[in-house]
Amino acid sequence: MNIFSLFGRKTTAPVARERLQILLSHERTTNCNADLIALLQKEVLAALAKHIDVDPSKVQIKMERREDVSLLEIDVEIPTPKPDKKPAPVAAKVSVRTSRRAGQAA
Amino acid sequence: MAEVMVVTSGKGGVGKTTSTAALGAALAQAGQNVAVVDFDVGLRNLDLIMGAERRVVYDLINVANGEARLNQALIRDKRIDTLYLLPASQTRDKDALTEEGVKRVIDELRGRFDWIICDSPAGIERGAQLAMRFADLAVVIANPEVSSVRDSDRIIGLLDAKTLRAENGETMEKHLLLTRYDAQRAGRGEMLSVEDVLEILSIPLLGIIPESDEVLRASNVGSPVTLNNAQSAPARAYLDAAKRLRGEDVPMIIPSQKKGLLDRLFARRAA
Ligand SMILES: Nc1ncnc2c1ncn2[C@@H]1O[C@H](COP(=O)(O)OP(=O)(O)OP(=O)(O)O)[C@@H](O)[C@H]1O
Ligand SMILES: [Mg+2]
Repeated sequence: MNIFSLFGRKTTAPVARERLQILLSHERTTNCNADLIALLQKEVLAALAKHIDVDPSKVQIKMERREDVSLLEIDVEIPTPKPDKKPAPVAAKVSVRTSRRAGQAA
Repeated sequence: MAEVMVVTSGKGGVGKTTSTAALGAALAQAGQNVAVVDFDVGLRNLDLIMGAERRVVYDLINVANGEARLNQALIRDKRIDTLYLLPASQTRDKDALTEEGVKRVIDELRGRFDWIICDSPAGIERGAQLAMRFADLAVVIANPEVSSVRDSDRIIGLLDAKTLRAENGETMEKHLLLTRYDAQRAGRGEMLSVEDVLEILSIPLLGIIPESDEVLRASNVGSPVTLNNAQSAPARAYLDAAKRLRGEDVPMIIPSQKKGLLDRLFARRAA
């Protein structure tokens, strides 16, 4: 509460700050890295396909920009093998931390 | 060692050209050899803000395309003899500028100046990307307002991805210059505060330029604000920012609100 609320006036800057924080944390994961993500998606899929049978829609790559580093997350979902089939790994999750710059420049 | 510095923002009309002229003049006033380069092809304005609009003969595109020599296009400032302007073309299309051409011009400027300051066009497209392409450092201009801060965030992403330095895996030095800062409105919680913007963008602060009629006055007479009235609040803020660019440790003064009677009466409760 500050004096302005006494006159029925709300401060709007905190709302602006909050909206920006939410929006930008989303945009940082999508906008800047769109090209890189698409490329990684293709290459990771190609690498995986050599060894395992994987559904392309089950490979998810995300990049999140944080203050000092970017977080690159690769999620690969692989169906649990039926008992009669050759055993395969269940799921893999790879997280790589890079510096923010290197992450975006790559 | 020459420093190539891009002044950029994403959003239009936030103060890039004003800041290019003011920082360029401030550095030149301190004895540095400075070239300010207008990359806003088709919408040139830096010549007007510098008061050199009637002296433009050749421009950046002419030099980049080999139609004129750099010496023929550079305009020496009438007030400070270490300050030069390389104007943009008013008539040509922005696609007339090629990356190779820009590289040649920047390389040649590097041999002659201490500072090469590139005034970026608004937007995030080709023109803005060419202006930042060969930069060693960037001044990101933002106003304390949501759309400007969002666009600055986009530009920071581009600086970290599309510049030559970034592509070579080198650091791209970035500084935030917060312009058109209205301390009273920030104090009333109507406008994002310095802390808010810094927290969101998380790049180091180069300076805070207050909203001031002096800026308009200086532009009316075609003089960078640091030259037109060096004692004014925006001029002092730009002069300090220029010192920081040269590595001086100048304390940052956050413009404080002039307190009205009511504010003073309620100061305790407002805090
Ligand atoms: N600190 C300030 N106080 C008051 N007015 C300002 C201030 N800084 C800039 N302005 C005004 O804002 C307007 C836009 O400034 P300027 O031309 O420098 O912005 P810009 O970012 O270069 O715009 P564009 O994107 O169109 O190139 C001008 O009218 C200028 O006088
Ligand atoms: Mg401009």
